[in-house]
Amino acid sequence: MAIDMRQFHQTFFEESLEGLANMETELLHLEKAAANKGQETVAADPEILNTIFRAAHSIKGGSSTFGFEDVVGFAHVLESRLDAMRDGRLTPTRNVISLLLLSVDCLRSLIISARTGKEGDNNAIDSIRKQLENLESEQPSSPPLTVPVLKPPQGTISHWQITFRPHLHLFHTGNDPLRILRELDDLGECRVQVDISSLPGWDQIKPEECYLGWKIELIGPIPRETINEIFSWVVDDCSLEIDRKPMQSLAPRSIAEAVASMDAQAGTLRVSVPKVDALINTVGELVITQTMLSLIASNFSFDNLSRLFAGITQLERNTRELQESVMSIRMLPLSFAFNRLLRMAHDMSQRLGKKVELIFQGEQTEIDKTVIDRLIDPLMHLARNSLDHGIELPAERLAAGKPETGYITLKAYQKGGNVVIEVRDDGRGLSHERIFAKAVERGMVSSSSNLSPEEIAELIFLPGFSTTESVSDLSGRGVGMDVVRNNIRSLGGSVEIATQPGRGTCFTLRLPLTLAILDGLSVQVGDQTYILPLVNIVESVRILPQQVSRPVGSSEMYGLRKEFMPLLRLNELFHVESRSTDFSQGLLVIVEAEGKKAGLYVDDLLDQQQVVIKNLATHYRKVEGISAATILGDGTVAMILDVPGLIRLAHTGTVHATPHAGDSPASSMATPTLN
Amino acid sequence: MESVHALGLKGPQTSDKQFLTFRLDGQDYGISILKIQEIKGWDKVTPIPNSPAYVKGVLNLRGVIVPVIDLRLRFGLVEAERDIFTVIIVANVGGRLAGIVVDAVSDVINVDSEHLCEAPEYEGQQNREFIKGLAQVEGKLLVLLDIDRLVNPESLDKTTAATSVAVNG
Repeated sequence: MAIDMRQFHQTFFEESLEGLANMETELLHLEKAAANKGQETVAADPEILNTIFRAAHSIKGGSSTFGFEDVVGFAHVLESRLDAMRDGRLTPTRNVISLLLLSVDCLRSLIISARTGKEGDNNAIDSIRKQLENLESEQPSSPPLTVPVLKPPQGTISHWQITFRPHLHLFHTGNDPLRILRELDDLGECRVQVDISSLPGWDQIKPEECYLGWKIELIGPIPRETINEIFSWVVDDCSLEIDRKPMQSLAPRSIAEAVASMDAQAGTLRVSVPKVDALINTVGELVITQTMLSLIASNFSFDNLSRLFAGITQLERNTRELQESVMSIRMLPLSFAFNRLLRMAHDMSQRLGKKVELIFQGEQTEIDKTVIDRLIDPLMHLARNSLDHGIELPAERLAAGKPETGYITLKAYQKGGNVVIEVRDDGRGLSHERIFAKAVERGMVSSSSNLSPEEIAELIFLPGFSTTESVSDLSGRGVGMDVVRNNIRSLGGSVEIATQPGRGTCFTLRLPLTLAILDGLSVQVGDQTYILPLVNIVESVRILPQQVSRPVGSSEMYGLRKEFMPLLRLNELFHVESRSTDFSQGLLVIVEAEGKKAGLYVDDLLDQQQVVIKNLATHYRKVEGISAATILGDGTVAMILDVPGLIRLAHTGTVHATPHAGDSPASSMATPTLN
Repeated sequence: MESVHALGLKGPQTSDKQFLTFRLDGQDYGISILKIQEIKGWDKVTPIPNSPAYVKGVLNLRGVIVPVIDLRLRFGLVEAERDIFTVIIVANVGGRLAGIVVDAVSDVINVDSEHLCEAPEYEGQQNREFIKGLAQVEGKLLVLLDIDRLVNPESLDKTTAATSVAVNG
């Protein structure tokens, strides 16, 4: 029995932590609404209050079922305050919201200590609980001057469901249902559905009898009395039901949001029902295709050949769809990662005395769950850096002619097979002098070195770099930008930085959509097939031999529309016998990574295809220039090229450091080193 | 390995170890059978760029990418023509898979511990680290190889630097 209960515990903990995350987000919304209006109080959106209340309520219910008395006690106090807020007895001032945020923290620590069996900081929790309990008694004494008076006191939005079915003789009493409907419509948003179920056949209709009934949904700040008043004349001549519907059915929280708020640490994944439905659908189709194919196979004749091909085409489509829907299950919207930043920004801006607003754009962009899980920390770090180092104090901002409130914008969008996330602030920007001085002081660069602004900005990604003058407890804790870059790189992505002194800084993260499958272009070099990730390809061109140049002391360059880029001959690089050394026989694939371009000389382009990434290092080791391997349709293995690595190689120019032997057919005997 | 050893303790007539023997340039070699996952015929492999010459490439073993080492090249012998006897022995060393190309597999034999002896010191300097010992079986000399050392990633890496100059497609 005890084991059974423990099994449910896990679910309860997960759900409660999710609920708390929801509460936190909603509370922050409330506060933001208050801040936007520059008021101390907010006309609380009942939907938000309801969401918060529901979360507290289910935590209370769940914890009492499982006997976590501490949690029950706290949740009860919290719930009663929230209830007061819903009824309008308590106004959500900013102080109140702050206190509620703190109580969310308390509940979380209570739940975590229930989960781990470790004691939390009980004193702090008790003090918050006392404050919560005293909250209501204080409230009336504070003058309610800021309570918005626009709405009636009972002005919470209600959702009424009215079933109005007049008796046949309604018209005889001199009443007109149309008048009633019009009056209801004046009250608020009104949706009417007519019920014609009792309408008799045409020949049986008596014009003076009322056969129709109505179902009315009414939304608005409407008290029951008002509705009763409208129906008061007809109440005896009809069957009437007036129900109040729970608010949640009005504005269902989107599944994406629910998924977004789930806890990263939880090992479970919430998947929206449509996604699962799509998956089941595809599997169903796959089964049909399989049946069809085995039918063809069981009595095969060459007359059936076309049907066989049709079947195989269908199988191909099914497989692709199946793959897509399975992948989409692993996809989560980025808002899940972004929302985590809200609380951090809230707490930090208060502590630092800065005014900051986070702006999210494109937070519904979906990305693989694994990527999201490992993205939260780097994002947290970037946003914290922006807040701590980037955004100035309000006075400083005003002096610089900027608005008092600083903005940190997180923008996500899809570009090719990549998801791009920009973390942009409008703060003071990076100080190149300070960074350079710091790097010299730390012995990372010599003071005589002449670096471009971009190169200086790159210095902050070096391990052990931190410019903050006083190491605050907020950032600069030794976990530097190098960790951010490493984290992003380990996900197969990249980080770029752009900064303008006085105007702000922008970090651009590029991440692959998923880690398991890659859109690639297969290219032929000699008898070998290589896969180029599609995201890196800019274009493919025929080579004009006169555009190939070879500056002294440098590798081969190719000039394409006045832009010069290194030319890499894959056959030399990989010691493969090329089909021909004549340039005009092959193609140049222009690839780009980390903002740099290079031309890859290949024999031929074969096909665009999706490939499953197989790690080479599992049984072998990492290979320079190769990011992974894959298995082609015919069962052979093909190498996936590591384009950023190749480009780095091309730009550092070590590839052609040895005497060039490309002009002789024995080019494959050349011994360029990659190390 | 332990279980075989335990068997060996039970009675003197049970052999200590079983070895898979194979031929390489006229010489017989043996590998502990417990390290062998499977044996498969020679198949075309995909070369890995910038790898030592003896790493012939990688193989698709039912969806797993497995590196293949040509033992002849590994031992500095001349590469042989592939024929119907050429096989790839797939070894499993601590979860890592590696294929080893040999001329032909011969037999699985038992070697009693009394027939095992240390490899003499003067037996070639270069490849000595891979030799675990020698055994006299049915009048033939069998060289027992230390497969762990032969396929472990460090040994592949270490020799990469040394032999990469000799790479030729």
